[in-house]
Amino acid sequence: MVDLSVQLGGLTLANPIMPASGTFSPDIADVIDPNRLGALVTKSTTLGFRAGNPTPRVSETADGMLNSIGLPSQGIDAFIGEVIPKYRRFTPPLVASVSADTPDEFVTICEKVSIPAVDAIEVNISCPNLEEGGRAYAMRAESTLSVMRRVRACSDKPLWAKLTPNTGEIANVARAAEEGGADALVVANTVLAMAIDTETRRPRLGNVMGGLSGPAIKPIVVGMVYQSAKAVGIPVIGCGGIMGTDDVVEYMLAGAAAVQVGTKTFLNPTAMLTIIEELEALCAAKGINSVSEFTGAVVVEPEEEGLPLFA
Amino acid sequence: MTATANSDSMAATPPAPFAAAENVCTVVSNHPVNARYNHLVLAAPPTALTARPGQFFHLLCEGVPGDPAFLRRPMSVYRLRPADGADGASGIVEFLYKVVGAGTRAMARLEPGGSFNILGPLGQGFHLDPGWRHVVIVARGVGLATLAPLADMCRRAGVGIGAILSAQSPELIMAEDVMEAVGAEVVRVTDTEGTSTVANVERLVRGRIAEGRADALFTCGSNRLLMLLQKIARQEGIPGQVALEQQMACGLGMCVCCVRQVRRGGQTLDLRVCREGPVFELEEPVSW
Ligand SMILES: Cc1cc2nc3c(=O)[nH]c(=O)nc-3n(C[C@H](O)[C@H](O)[C@H](O)COP(=O)(O)OP(=O)(O)OC[C@H]3O[C@@H](n4cnc5c(N)ncnc54)[C@H](O)[C@@H]3O)c2cc1C
Ligand SMILES: Cc1cc2nc3c(=O)[nH]c(=O)nc-3n(C[C@H](O)[C@H](O)[C@H](O)COP(=O)(O)O)c2cc1C
Ligand code: FES
Repeated sequence: MVDLSVQLGGLTLANPIMPASGTFSPDIADVIDPNRLGALVTKSTTLGFRAGNPTPRVSETADGMLNSIGLPSQGIDAFIGEVIPKYRRFTPPLVASVSADTPDEFVTICEKVSIPAVDAIEVNISCPNLEEGGRAYAMRAESTLSVMRRVRACSDKPLWAKLTPNTGEIANVARAAEEGGADALVVANTVLAMAIDTETRRPRLGNVMGGLSGPAIKPIVVGMVYQSAKAVGIPVIGCGGIMGTDDVVEYMLAGAAAVQVGTKTFLNPTAMLTIIEELEALCAAKGINSVSEFTGAVVVEPEEEGLPLFA
Repeated sequence: MTATANSDSMAATPPAPFAAAENVCTVVSNHPVNARYNHLVLAAPPTALTARPGQFFHLLCEGVPGDPAFLRRPMSVYRLRPADGADGASGIVEFLYKVVGAGTRAMARLEPGGSFNILGPLGQGFHLDPGWRHVVIVARGVGLATLAPLADMCRRAGVGIGAILSAQSPELIMAEDVMEAVGAEVVRVTDTEGTSTVANVERLVRGRIAEGRADALFTCGSNRLLMLLQKIARQEGIPGQVALEQQMACGLGMCVCCVRQVRRGGQTLDLRVCREGPVFELEEPVSW
């Protein structure tokens, strides 16, 4: 019997596979049984109503997609009253993802969402901080530390900090999130990107710029998971471009304790369940008793550690 | 143990019935029907065969190097034939499609015997009110693919159909035969013959109304025609439905990329075409 369970920032998951925020909703129950997932993660909610961005909200590339959905949200009251009950029809731990324009708003929304039905809060600090000219909180260590400290003080729930890949100092940001009180890190959100229609000379997204996801970003994020996991003692959840079981193993070897699958679910809503089955079979075939044995097991020789980065 | 308890415990709990699936189909045929449109016939597993008129599938189009297609492509079910238990024939799902970009080019490359993954059936289909005796269907271009199964649904319900089929040129009018086979009275209008103007279509629709043969109006495929039918429906107090298009990623309601503005319950809402649609009440979409 292979043990697929993982310990994650205050929670035990039956397996390390869960959806990425914004790429999943209870609607998927039309196609698969969500009860087989390690955890459920909601779309990020905001405090008040948000309309979201103009269409087109997505555009595809050869190996991924750009999105500028713009966090449409009915606000936290509808989220708690209407959205959470839809997720609670299912048994896996429920992770509520929250976004906020300001640190004050983050405090209010985290207080409100700290209800018994929610098992952990994913703090989406890759969204823009209006007090910093719209730069994402998690672009800098200082703003990461201060916002995580504030939400830590207002909630007893396990807190997962969702980091952005759009930073030049991922290890410092990861350490700051840990110091601020995060129980786990999710690495990472989408990569800031743009696509232009060369015929019309118009941006392909209604919001001009957006976030790149899918296999195109995987090597970038695997590197960031590796750097983050070395920098912190809390679990790291890998997220970016996972298309199959081998990608999951790669993320775990880089240091991830679990993973989130996003864009792939748009191509194959059954993919997460296939991965869970394949992961179990793979461990059995390799004589691995617990899937956690993969975590951080990348073989890097001591003399290769900390080599200067001349790419 | 009583017989009742026994039979209870014997009763197998059926597996959770999923409304939709990644149906892996086998290509039966894939031919051009004219210069612009192709017709794809698939042998499909049972879940796919539960599709209702107006619903769609989200197709996993496999691009090739140099012409990649990443996301799935939404396509209305054009025709459906249930499996024939007697002769063992598998059920059939058909699509009528226009080749416009990488995804539909990938579809055009499908060859008989190959497999094709179609997610669905998805979305809300058309519905018929039991009181309707005659409906008017106004289809432009490939919108016809979406409305053809509605015509069949009308025939089964004993509802008469007046169909106005609009296209750029006469040879691009499609499925006239399909419409006529279900007893529709078909009028063709085209750009090249100068008959597809909004004014002429309005005259034709109002003609049906004057004859008392327009209990409901249906349309798909043109924003101009949508606006026209919305105006007529409002003035004449006639109900109707429209199938909308919007770019999609997940097709299931998860990503919220496919919204269109819709007036409902006194509010203007962003509703998901893949989940609350693609069929909406005629008066609902905010057209532009
Ligand atoms: C519910 C629904 C039913 C449809 N039914 C049919 C049908 O029966 N027959 C048919 O020929 N076409 C139909 N369409 C349109 C069809 O989805 C597009 O023509 C197709 O996606 C184009 O893909 P492409 O890669 O060839 O073109 P590209 O222009 O290269 O596509 C680029 C992107 O834009 C999207 N896109 C482009 N045009 C449309 C469009 N009109 N609607 C939605 N997304 C679009 C594509 O899906 C893709 O993500 C339907 C659309 C919807 C939403
Ligand atoms: C359509 C879409 C919507 C998303 N919405 C959110 C969101 O609301 N909150 C969030 O933290 N991340 C959001 N993300 C980012 C994903 O959770 C994930 O971090 C990213 O897509 C990378 O993973 P992937 O390559 O597996 O998709 C969204 C991604 C996509 C594609
Ligand atoms: S396509 Fe994802 S919500 Fe409609």
